[in-house]
Amino acid sequence: MYEKILLAADGSKNSIRAAKEAIKIASLIQNCLIEVVYVADFAKAKSDILHSKGKEELDFSRRQKLLPLEEQLKSHNVTYEVKILHGEPGPAIVDYANKEKFDLVIIGSRGLNTLQEMVLGSVSHKVMKRVNCPALIVK
Amino acid sequence: MQGRIKKEWFSNIRADILAGIVVALALIPEAIAFSIIAGVDPMVGLYASFCIAVIIAFVGGRPGMISAATGAMALLMLPLVKEHGLNYLLAATILTGVIQVLFGIFKVAKVMKFIPRAVMIGFVNALAILIFMAQVPHFIGISTMTYVFVAITLLIVYIMPRFIKTIPAPLIAIIILTAIAIYANMDLRTVGDLGTITKSLPEFFIPDVPFTFETLAIIFPYSLALAIVGLLESLLTASIVDDMTGTESNKNKEARGQGIANIFTGFFGGMAGCAMIGQSVINVKSGGRGRLSTLVAGLFLMFLIIVLGDLVVQIPMPVLVGIMIMVSIGTFDWSSFSYLRKAPKTDAVVMLVTVGIVVATNDLSKGVIAGVILSAIFFVAKISHIQVKEHHENQQTIFTVEGQLFFASVDKFVDSFNYNVENKDIIIDFSNAHIWDDSAVGAIDKAVLKYRENNNTVTIKGLNASSKKIVDKLSISNHSNTKLSAH
Repeated sequence: MYEKILLAADGSKNSIRAAKEAIKIASLIQNCLIEVVYVADFAKAKSDILHSKGKEELDFSRRQKLLPLEEQLKSHNVTYEVKILHGEPGPAIVDYANKEKFDLVIIGSRGLNTLQEMVLGSVSHKVMKRVNCPALIVK
Repeated sequence: MQGRIKKEWFSNIRADILAGIVVALALIPEAIAFSIIAGVDPMVGLYASFCIAVIIAFVGGRPGMISAATGAMALLMLPLVKEHGLNYLLAATILTGVIQVLFGIFKVAKVMKFIPRAVMIGFVNALAILIFMAQVPHFIGISTMTYVFVAITLLIVYIMPRFIKTIPAPLIAIIILTAIAIYANMDLRTVGDLGTITKSLPEFFIPDVPFTFETLAIIFPYSLALAIVGLLESLLTASIVDDMTGTESNKNKEARGQGIANIFTGFFGGMAGCAMIGQSVINVKSGGRGRLSTLVAGLFLMFLIIVLGDLVVQIPMPVLVGIMIMVSIGTFDWSSFSYLRKAPKTDAVVMLVTVGIVVATNDLSKGVIAGVILSAIFFVAKISHIQVKEHHENQQTIFTVEGQLFFASVDKFVDSFNYNVENKDIIIDFSNAHIWDDSAVGAIDKAVLKYRENNNTVTIKGLNASSKKIVDKLSISNHSNTKLSAH
């Protein structure tokens, strides 16, 4: 069944709820691998670099955002990997999901950046429209 | 070697060419506007953008990064152009290149790492403010129609990208509004009022300046400031492109490349430039990754000027002003406001001082230097905090020292002891301290000798290996009757 699951995450509350649903599904399936995907947004590249002490610290602070989510996955003994992509969140997730042929994409309905979503539309909406596999949007 | 050339040039041909074209379109208004900021003909900025982009494509250290005429550099040049004219600017541009090549050879790029974040944030904010202020004379109190055109330009550049993603919005604004201005025969100032456009390729010539020490004395301060600011912005941009593309770049090669590009530019009638954050982001977003994208940007820019030069002079100034306001809004680091609240007070002060000095002097390099010095002082003040605690044990008086002992903390160290004791057994414990320099050793000697005057015995213990080494080498109390042991 869903052996290869993409869990899109930005560290928001919704993405943690999405992780919980991912765990439920993964626990039903043998050999299920969850890939936690975080997108370092192009639009934030300048301020990320300006406000970080260096490359290592920036990588670390991005990983740190996913820590609560990783704890969930760990405590339920789910096999998972973390992948950091660079790009515009919606298209980057869609491209990666389609290219790597995932069986299922799980994403929170809204992320951290509510203002941007009002203007540009939500990432989850874009992903749902354009991804080739089934998508689960978690409220 | 061959593999690398292939990867850097030809691994992404289609996307690189398309992105290069997009960047060229976005570069034209900026190159013209930055020329006007520098007080020179638009051609000087256009030639600079062409030369720098083409040369840096070959010799730069960060494939996919866009370098051209920039606002940060243009702002530095204005006083030189006003007082001495274009030829001195070209000579200064060549010298800037030479300094940057030297920076590259002596690996100054590594030193740039030590420039604190607060200074860099102050740098971009000050740059944004200066670019905005440079626009003010071009739209305040000219005519109602000027305000209207600035406003419409801003509307177009902010709303259009939501619907049309492939063509840069500033170009759409220019095409629509220039057409309207020409068609309706509106009374607006145009680029042509501020300079001329020559529809020809740049030619090699040696700037017409006397080759004397006096000339050098005039241009050197400008060249040094240009070299520093150019490198600062280029390396910041390189880090941003590194992050966006998830790849590494060669910062010293980039410094050298910037220098080579500026030397060529100066000989071909262009002004000094550097990497551009905004344009590089546009390039990467449009799919540009390789050196080809930078080369295409430069070539296509020149092609457009040769073909469309007559139209370029008719661009109304308010449209350029609107585009520059957008550039300054995009340059400003808007997360600075939360930074001011969250960052340590000293960092916030360094940021504000950097901005303040730049705005007051109109010179980015002065702000950066002041910011670096101020944060160095704050840093020294912070780590010079030293603590000496006293307690008594088996008739011994034990002082434990905590902190870094060096020239800035020695006074406090010496004053921390109570010297009015006699015939005591005193132990000074340095387990939680580090001895850095000769003034630190001198301070220890002073304390030890003062105690010894009153017939106390003093034992020093707990020195770590490197502290012990420096104390053994320099101490004088060490050679007389005091025991000095390191455990």
